[in-house]
Amino acid sequence: MNITEEQVGHFCNVDSADQMNDMKPLIQLRGIINQFGTQRVHDGLDLDIMRGEIVGLVGGSGTGKSVLLRTILGLNRPFQGKVFFGEEEEQDILSLNDKELYKLKENWGVLFQNGALFSSQTVLENVMLPMREHLDIKESTMKELAELKIQLVGLPIEAGVKYPSELSGGMVKRAALARSMALDPPVLFLDEPTAGLDPIAASAFDGLIKHLQRALNLTVVIITHDLDTLVQICDRIAVLLDKKVTIGTLNEIMKTDHPWIKEYFHGPRMRAVPKNNN
Amino acid sequence: MHKDLCNDYFCTSFNNDIYEVGVHGNWTIKNIAKIEEALETFIEVDENTLIRFNCNGLKDIDTSGAWVLYKKYQSFLDQGYKSEFQGFREKHFRIVKTILESPKEHCPDVPFGINLKDVLTRLGELTFNGCSHLHGALIFLGRLFFTFFQSFLNPRRLRFTSIMRHVHEAGLNAIPIVAMIAFLFSIVLAYQGAIQLRQFGAEVFMVNLTAVSVLREIGVLMTAILVAGRSGSAFAAEIGVMKIREEIDALETMGADIFELLVVPRVLGLMIALPLLTIIANIVGLIGGGVMSWVLIDMPPIMYVERVLAAVTTGSYWVSMIKAPIFAFLIATVSTFRGLQVSGAADSIGRFTTLAVVQSIFLIIVADAVFTVIFIKVGI
Repeated sequence: MNITEEQVGHFCNVDSADQMNDMKPLIQLRGIINQFGTQRVHDGLDLDIMRGEIVGLVGGSGTGKSVLLRTILGLNRPFQGKVFFGEEEEQDILSLNDKELYKLKENWGVLFQNGALFSSQTVLENVMLPMREHLDIKESTMKELAELKIQLVGLPIEAGVKYPSELSGGMVKRAALARSMALDPPVLFLDEPTAGLDPIAASAFDGLIKHLQRALNLTVVIITHDLDTLVQICDRIAVLLDKKVTIGTLNEIMKTDHPWIKEYFHGPRMRAVPKNNN
Repeated sequence: MHKDLCNDYFCTSFNNDIYEVGVHGNWTIKNIAKIEEALETFIEVDENTLIRFNCNGLKDIDTSGAWVLYKKYQSFLDQGYKSEFQGFREKHFRIVKTILESPKEHCPDVPFGINLKDVLTRLGELTFNGCSHLHGALIFLGRLFFTFFQSFLNPRRLRFTSIMRHVHEAGLNAIPIVAMIAFLFSIVLAYQGAIQLRQFGAEVFMVNLTAVSVLREIGVLMTAILVAGRSGSAFAAEIGVMKIREEIDALETMGADIFELLVVPRVLGLMIALPLLTIIANIVGLIGGGVMSWVLIDMPPIMYVERVLAAVTTGSYWVSMIKAPIFAFLIATVSTFRGLQVSGAADSIGRFTTLAVVQSIFLIIVADAVFTVIFIKVGI
């Protein structure tokens, strides 16, 4: 540590323009219809995700949370509807060609439920892989950046030379987070980040997400069933209900008069969660 | 002596012993290569100069850009200059601060090269692994024979539905491909034989060549190799997946015998299916030879049958019928053994499946060589 906040802090000026920027949606879903066979999963679904917020996406089993995530990522082509990405120039990701989509993919990182680390590569190589695919930079720089990412997510540097099978569950998630952040994307999608972790590791991972999101101005979309995650770190909560999305802050959602929401947010598990709305 | 630099990422200016670096532009990962290149052209400055990074004009920065900026700053400090940052916007400062606070250790390089100690360690590991595999294989065989023995004492413990399922999958479903291969192979054999034997005017002996080769060797060998690739891999992969998904553990906690449930039905199923497939391969192979005799040397089918009967003995037929169940036993035991060895990550399924197929085929060919020698000595 060579400088501290005191040394540099007084030079900082909060830019009001930055705050204004925050109010435009970064991702917009309009009229999404997804159906499998004759069964509709989403029917005219709209969703706006703002820059710099953490949105928790919840819903019962079979309500299409993963399908919605795949739709935003362009992995699943909806039956109808549009997905716009970006603030300055909105791009309908469904109308992009392969090359444009490839460029767009630098803008997001995805943390899959089980990490999806490549088992034949070390953690360091895993983190370097997206850089190799998308960037033309020196091997040594790539290695340094990967080492930085590994330490940013709170892994000890020794973990870099380990293979995914040698890591604990919590470390796999952290390594996968480091890989999803390899290209410094402004948006992160996390699919059940705390599933399968013990409460201590889960809570630490929540803290890490919050810390990184605040520090790096990230926009984060979390699919989760973890009520702690929803309460502690999500700015807004999107609930998949009746094939559409209801979105709002925790308090707004809890006031909604819908049987599923009542059962979800007023059940015994919720009562056990310490309220900490910051 | 100080020439001011200016590029897409920073401009330098010098006044009153302060060397000011006006950072601007997009310091993001997409531009990292260009930024690093630009920073290399940095000019030399006198000692005791204060190098000030003025980040007022910075448009965008991410962790990678902040890392490069930090590295330059640190290198100035290391060279003994004074250096400081100035004029960050709040959101950029947060990113740079995160990088400054993050630990910056380096991964140990994996040593490259060979030394005697590694070679010896590796040799020891290989020997030990070989021995423990042999040990495992012996235990496996022991349990298999024990379960066989128990099952024959008490046939109700044989799972007939399960055995029939494997006869169906490994046998019945394989008929088209086995027949096809046997037909094509006998055609190739007859054709090559006819060309060589024509030089001696002994084309009629292509019938003997085809019939004997198909019945004694080719029919059973090709079928066994095909089944090793088709069913051996399936056995190893099925059991491997069950192992990974803890289904094997579930069975054992229920007190079920996995040899009785998984191994014996596969071994017996294949020992029933492979001889039946071999019969089909032999018949189709002989038909293929007949077709070629008709086409190449105008030998009518009746005459072909007569010549085949003259060429082969009943012994030739039994040769393949003795080999087939042994080959089936080899394929099924090797595959189930390898399947049960799967552990840990899903990628080991692929590794052990490959091993199962390669080793089955290897053992089949070794066994075939042994059989050929024995049969010649015995005179069948």
